[in-house]
Amino acid sequence: MLTRPVLVLSALTALALTVTACGGGAQEYASVVDKAQGDKKLVIGVKADQPGLGLRTPDGSFAGFDIEVAKYVAKELGVEAKDITFKETVSANREAFLQQGQVDMVVATYSITDARKEKVSFAGPYFVAGQDLLVKADDTALTGPEQLNGKKLCSVAGSTPAQKVKESYAKEVQLQEERTYSACVDRVLGGQLDALTTDNVILAGYAAQHGGKLKVVGKPFSTEKYGVGLKKDDSKGRQAVNDALAKMFSDGSWQKALQASVGASGFSVAQAPQLERY
Amino acid sequence: MEALLLEGDTILVAFWMTVRLAVVSAVGSLLLGTALTAMRVSPFPVLRSAAGTYVSVARNTPLTLVLLFTGLGVGANLGVELSDDLATNNFWLAVIGLTAYTSAFVCEALRSGINTVPVGQAEAARSLGLGFLGTLRLIILPQAFRAVIAPLGSILIALTKNTTIALVVGVAEASVRMRELIETHGDQVIQIFFGFALGFVLLCLPMGLAFGRLSRRLVVAR
Amino acid sequence: MSYANLYEVPGPRGIRRNRVLTGVIALGLLAVAYVVYVRFDEKGQWAADKWTPFLRADVWTTFILPGLAGTLGAALAGVVLAGIFGLVFATARMSEHRWIRVPAATVVEFFRAVPLLLLIFFAFFGSYALTGTNISAFTAVVFGLTFYNGSVIAEIIRAGVQSLPRGQSEAAYAVGMRKNQVMRLVLLPQSLKAMMPAVISQFVVLLKDSALGLIVGYDELVDRGLNGIAANFSNVIPAAIVIAAIFIAINVSLDKFAHWLHGRTST
Repeated sequence: MLTRPVLVLSALTALALTVTACGGGAQEYASVVDKAQGDKKLVIGVKADQPGLGLRTPDGSFAGFDIEVAKYVAKELGVEAKDITFKETVSANREAFLQQGQVDMVVATYSITDARKEKVSFAGPYFVAGQDLLVKADDTALTGPEQLNGKKLCSVAGSTPAQKVKESYAKEVQLQEERTYSACVDRVLGGQLDALTTDNVILAGYAAQHGGKLKVVGKPFSTEKYGVGLKKDDSKGRQAVNDALAKMFSDGSWQKALQASVGASGFSVAQAPQLERY
Repeated sequence: MEALLLEGDTILVAFWMTVRLAVVSAVGSLLLGTALTAMRVSPFPVLRSAAGTYVSVARNTPLTLVLLFTGLGVGANLGVELSDDLATNNFWLAVIGLTAYTSAFVCEALRSGINTVPVGQAEAARSLGLGFLGTLRLIILPQAFRAVIAPLGSILIALTKNTTIALVVGVAEASVRMRELIETHGDQVIQIFFGFALGFVLLCLPMGLAFGRLSRRLVVAR
Repeated sequence: MSYANLYEVPGPRGIRRNRVLTGVIALGLLAVAYVVYVRFDEKGQWAADKWTPFLRADVWTTFILPGLAGTLGAALAGVVLAGIFGLVFATARMSEHRWIRVPAATVVEFFRAVPLLLLIFFAFFGSYALTGTNISAFTAVVFGLTFYNGSVIAEIIRAGVQSLPRGQSEAAYAVGMRKNQVMRLVLLPQSLKAMMPAVISQFVVLLKDSALGLIVGYDELVDRGLNGIAANFSNVIPAAIVIAAIFIAINVSLDKFAHWLHGRTST
């Protein structure tokens, strides 16, 4: 009397699992360039919760600087904006998504590091960010990481930037780890914490969102090179994406996209970065 | 293996934090849970419904959200500062969140314990002239507790494991360290996982055995 | 359900005293609520622009409903698989053969002791190290939910079988049933019936626990709903209140369903 429903349910679940497992695996392409030309479609991994960079907006579309870069690159590869599927990635799953082929490309504040180069390929950098501090707009005392002694600093759990501040600049700083930047921003606005640290361009996105209540200190103390993540050893794709980025830098679209995305906070960068082709 | 040996100290510190969170929250939950139970069986409808609402809200909200409310709601918006030191402050906020959540389960367990106490017990107590609190404290609760030792043990084990979610309010307990270790020693995921899993087994298994034995020893013979 | 036997039925004076106390208590509770309200108000948490997003249809279709679908999807798969896992391991743990009983007990005790968060982490990151392929966030979440809740359900079912009077299995053997028939036709159905409320409250736990999927980027209600909305409108607290209300509504209905089921089957 109890075995039959159980069997039916398990069969259904097995089916559901197979369907999800096999979904999307149409055809394997060696390079993102071939996929773009063959399918005229791309799946691009982006951040979904970072205003100014990659944000899912209520109408279901994505907006931000990363998104603009992704669209430009896709267009150069022959894919129209409407044929791009944006997929949310979080820091923990970017490599996995590329390796599994769940996304063709990652444009998600993805810093180029040697450790990551062992798992994925990078084109770019398309932006050089630096670690900085976000404070309340009326805070004039805090002008750099050295003044953080005795202050309370927020960062996102699992990220290393806050540890760096403690080790290199201010031994007496108190660190608060939150799960999301929004929570940190809330606590800085509320006045329990003095500053939020991460890459300046991310901070600028929040400053722009909170028009006038927050500001970026403006003294970056590290360099983070954001790259476009591609499947490992896709040198053809790397070449093509780098060419697209070079064109974006030179025809003024890059500057325009940056201005439109985070310019409202007064944040600006004089020039596009140097591409590192390898 | 090296990752575990190399970081042995930080791992022990993290587990010590897990133990402290669990012990302090367990005491808090037991007290608050008992108080909630008393409220739910009290003569005052307003207390009964307040405690009832509290229990069903706390029991049905994911712990992640409960802790988010204590961290951001109680901490940031109510402006409760329990210590000037951020780490201590977070520890106590995590304790508040875990207690708020776990006490609802303690209350449910105790209430079913009260159900196992025969009606005659309460009637006899009243006929001796004991009031509500006296009946509850001297007659009902001692028997109810003894009936629900095993479920309380399960709640304690669940609480110990739930401390891993305290990372939401920024407490660096075992799961935070595990995540960091996996990120820095990506090649040793398996060893790291089994190391941490073993830590939790060592914490939880004796608890399960002890509560099992205790519940058999203290069972109310009827 | 009535605890009225814990105290005397109050007389006229008692009723008056209770009324006064009720008033005092109610005032006290209201005062606490008021303080919370005022403090939140000072921080602007009730500001209209933090709440109006929830009146927009697109906020629901972009964030909340897809998140809800993710949560329910993972929970449903988890419930079915955990139920199967529970049945299998409960039976195995009650086996007469030591070589089945001991491994089954070890597995159940292990997964009962390891926090779900660790299991999900492990499934997500460990799958690559073990098999060379990465599994999706959905699979990692369902894996964790299945093994953790499955082992709890196994224990619930085992307790249910053990609580049955011995006469049940003795009678079944007496009419000539085999071991597997006794378990399948006599013991399990009765214990499941008795343990249904406990099993369903474990499913409520499972549903809530699916929220932990956010740490591996699974698109569920907390990640997609709360974080997505808060990133757009910077309203963490209001969004958390709305999301919590949705969870509570679902879980309370599950609870009600469990009670209804219990009432129907225990006659």
